[in-house]
Amino acid sequence: MNQFIDWVSQPWPWYVAGPLIGLTVPALLILGNKSFGISSSLRHVCAICVPAKIPFFQYNWKKETWNLVFVLGVMIGGFVATTFFSNPEEIVIATQTKADLTALGITDFSGLMPSDIFTWENIFTAKGLIFFVLGGFLVGFGTRYAGGCTSGHAIMGISSLQWPSLVATIFFMAGGFLMTQVFIGPLMKLAGF
Amino acid sequence: MLLAEKNIKEVACDAPNSQETGERGLALLKYLILGVMFGIVFVKAEIISWFRIQEMFRLDSFHMYGVIGSAIVTGIISIQLIKRLKIKSISGEEINIPTKEFRKGQIYGGFIFGLGWAITGACPGPLFAQIGSGFTVVLVTLLSAIAGTWVYGKFSHKLPN
Repeated sequence: MNQFIDWVSQPWPWYVAGPLIGLTVPALLILGNKSFGISSSLRHVCAICVPAKIPFFQYNWKKETWNLVFVLGVMIGGFVATTFFSNPEEIVIATQTKADLTALGITDFSGLMPSDIFTWENIFTAKGLIFFVLGGFLVGFGTRYAGGCTSGHAIMGISSLQWPSLVATIFFMAGGFLMTQVFIGPLMKLAGF
Repeated sequence: MLLAEKNIKEVACDAPNSQETGERGLALLKYLILGVMFGIVFVKAEIISWFRIQEMFRLDSFHMYGVIGSAIVTGIISIQLIKRLKIKSISGEEINIPTKEFRKGQIYGGFIFGLGWAITGACPGPLFAQIGSGFTVVLVTLLSAIAGTWVYGKFSHKLPN
């Protein structure tokens, strides 16, 4: 058993993780005739909590409870993996990325997320405003405007050979490249790094 | 009727649910289990890591491309098998994958999401897994993402689409 836990606690390579994620597509289709997608859960939360008579949030969200149960599961999965199968070693990232991020002011490379950014102390600072509030807003606004995120478009959409999803995915990547290559440096300076 | 039709069309762009029979209580447990498995993979493959997303957008590592690429290949093969073998859902229904129609939002919205993805280091799925992994401050990011979704819903009719 201990051997199993040691083995499973190492970081999983892409060729194990990718197919497992891909299998979510047939699993949801066969279990409940459902298309894979995660960002819709954010819409259901709006529809349940603050519909405010907006037509976009007037629909039968009770039928979509499964989606919220699924994301609750993802959260629990995060807890389980971190609590029981946590990797004891530091995360290994590309030397070049590490050098670039060090130059930008990141000092902590010990975990999955840098504590230079992702801590409660930063919540009412420029770091919090940029990395949590602005970043989160762009993710929520953008995914809904695009009609899906990496799961709904890049994985489910392209898997079912739908070209609009390929277009969406190309623009996800374009936005990400532009932010990383051009804006993240100035934004981090603005955040006080 | 018109509103209902419009909503069905819009919901069809999200994570459409084609199941005819309703599901409640224990029937939902299977989605919880699937979600847990999915969350574990997210953490163990380090997809939830801000560093891995930076690596991807700096073209310094193949890892994320490998994960997304092999997930898509697995998805394509699975869907082809379901279609060709006419596999039914466990409740005996014919499996239906609604068509996604092209809208300009996939361009503008996709681009906006990409900008956010590189800042937060997370698309919506990993946001939930990050919170579960103990990075509880990401709750703030999640709340902001919900606010972003709401603002889109409020002004969607005024945006080019």
